[in-house]
Amino acid sequence: MPDKRKENLSKYTVDLNMPGAFEGETVTRRRFMNVSVQAMGGVAAAAFTLPALGFAIGPVFSREPFEWQIIGKPDDFQPLVYSLRVITLVPNVGEAGKSTAYVRARDPAIDTEPEDEYNHIIALTSRCSHLGCPVRWVESASRFLCPCHGGIYDFRGIRVAGPPVRPLNRFYTLIRNGYVYLGPMYSVNTELRRFSNRDPGQPVDGIGQFLYPARFSTSVLPPTGHLPMPPPGIPAG
Amino acid sequence: MPRLPAPPIPKALQPKPKRPGQNGNGKASPTEVAQEAGISVVDWIDERTSLSGGIRWMLFRKVPRGVNWYYTLGSATMFAFLSQAVTGVFLAMYYRPDATGGAYESMRYIVDDAFLGQFVRGMHKWGASVMVILIFLHMGRVFFFGAYKYPREMTWIIGVVLLILTLAMSFTGYLLPFDDRAYWATIVGVNINGTAPFLGPYLSDFLRAGPEFGATTLSRFYAIHMLLLPGLIIALIGAHLYLVSKLGISAPPWLKPHEEPELDVAEV
Repeated sequence: MPDKRKENLSKYTVDLNMPGAFEGETVTRRRFMNVSVQAMGGVAAAAFTLPALGFAIGPVFSREPFEWQIIGKPDDFQPLVYSLRVITLVPNVGEAGKSTAYVRARDPAIDTEPEDEYNHIIALTSRCSHLGCPVRWVESASRFLCPCHGGIYDFRGIRVAGPPVRPLNRFYTLIRNGYVYLGPMYSVNTELRRFSNRDPGQPVDGIGQFLYPARFSTSVLPPTGHLPMPPPGIPAG
Repeated sequence: MPRLPAPPIPKALQPKPKRPGQNGNGKASPTEVAQEAGISVVDWIDERTSLSGGIRWMLFRKVPRGVNWYYTLGSATMFAFLSQAVTGVFLAMYYRPDATGGAYESMRYIVDDAFLGQFVRGMHKWGASVMVILIFLHMGRVFFFGAYKYPREMTWIIGVVLLILTLAMSFTGYLLPFDDRAYWATIVGVNINGTAPFLGPYLSDFLRAGPEFGATTLSRFYAIHMLLLPGLIIALIGAHLYLVSKLGISAPPWLKPHEEPELDVAEV
C-alpha cells in the first residue's frame, strides 16, 4: 500500500526531509512553531522595554512651560550699568533652579542689533557659553570673566578671549504694565542673531548651527497676553 | 567514558587517613559530629548543584611561571568595587536624592551625626578614586605585558567597557553630595557631553531630564549610579572572570617558551 504522505511532499520542505509536510506547506510546522514562539518572546520583552525606555527619554521631547517673571521697573535699569537679578530658571527645586542675569537698558549707540519689543531691556545670563560656569562682571576690566577656564566677554557679552564658542545667552524681556518682565533664554551668534536656546559649548556660527541642532525641550516664547501681575506692595513705575 | 584527571588538591587540604585506634570506642566526639554536619550540608548542596566542580575549575587553575604582584591588580580592582558596593548600599540607607535641599542635609547627617557615617562615606569617596587608579594600573599591566593579544581580545574589550562604566560611576556619583562643587561639576560635565555633534544636545537633555538642571536630575543620576551601572558592572565582571578562568592568564612577556629536549636518535 503506497504511503499517501510520501506522494504529496511539499516542494518547499522536501529538502528538509521532515515527516508530515504536505503539498502546499511553505514552512514546516516545527519552523513555524519556532518563529512564532520567538516572536511572542520578542513582543513580551518589547512590552516592558519600550515603555520603560520611552519613560526614561521622554524629557528629551517634552517642552517645559516657562512663565514671564518680573525683574523690576524700567527705571531700575540704566544703559551703561549692569544690575544683577536673581531669576528662577526651574521652579520648585530651590536654589538649584535659580540663576542670575545681568540686566541693563538698551543703548542704541552700543547695541547695533535690530531693536524689537523684546530687547528694550537687555538681560544677559551669567552662564558662560564655554561649559556653563557662572561669569561675573568685573568693573575694573569692563569685562565678564569666567572663573573656570578663563573665558572673557565684553560689555555686550561677545567673546573677547578664551575658550567660549559664542556670546553669552540672553533673555527675552518685555516692558508691560510699568514692569520689566523676563522671559525664556535664547542663544546668539557673533552677529547677535537669535537662535533657540543652546547649551554651553555649542557654537551657532556657520556650520555650528547645524552640528548642534535646536532641541525639542527648550522653552518657546510664552504668550504675552496673560502676564503675571506683581504681588501687592510693589508700586508700578 | 574516559574521565579527566581531577585537579590536584593541595596537600594541606587533602583529608588525613584515619589512624588505627583513633576513636576506638565507637562513639563520635563532638568535634567529629560538627565536622560531619558541615560536610553533609556541603555535600547536600554539591549533590544538587555540582558547584564544587566550578569552584575547583575557578580556583585551582594552572598559572604560568613568573607571575608576580602586577597580576593582582585586577583582583585589587574587583575588591575596590566590592568595597564600593557594600559601603554604597549602606550609604543609600541614609541618603535622600532631594534637590530642594534634602540631599545636602542627608549628606550632612551622614558625615556629622550618623555613627561611623564619616568613615563609611570616606571609604566610598576615597575608594572611588582608588578604584579608578587601580583599574588604570590593571589596564596598563595588561597592555604592557601584551596580555590583550589572541585569544584574550574579548576579555580586553569587556575590560574597556568596565573602565568606561567605572568612569560613568564616578561622574554620576560626583553629583550626589549636592554641594556647590558637585552642582557645578555636573553642569560642566553635562555640557561637555553636549559638545558631541548632532546627538550631544539631546544626550544632555536626557542626562538632565530637561533643558535645565531640574527637579529630577538628581534622582536620575542617583538611579543610574546605584541601580543601572552597578548591575552592568557586576554582569560584566562575571563575564570578565569567566574568560580569565577559561583562557588562563598569560605568561610574562620575558618568559621564553619551555623547549622540549630533543630526543636522542640513538636512544630511539
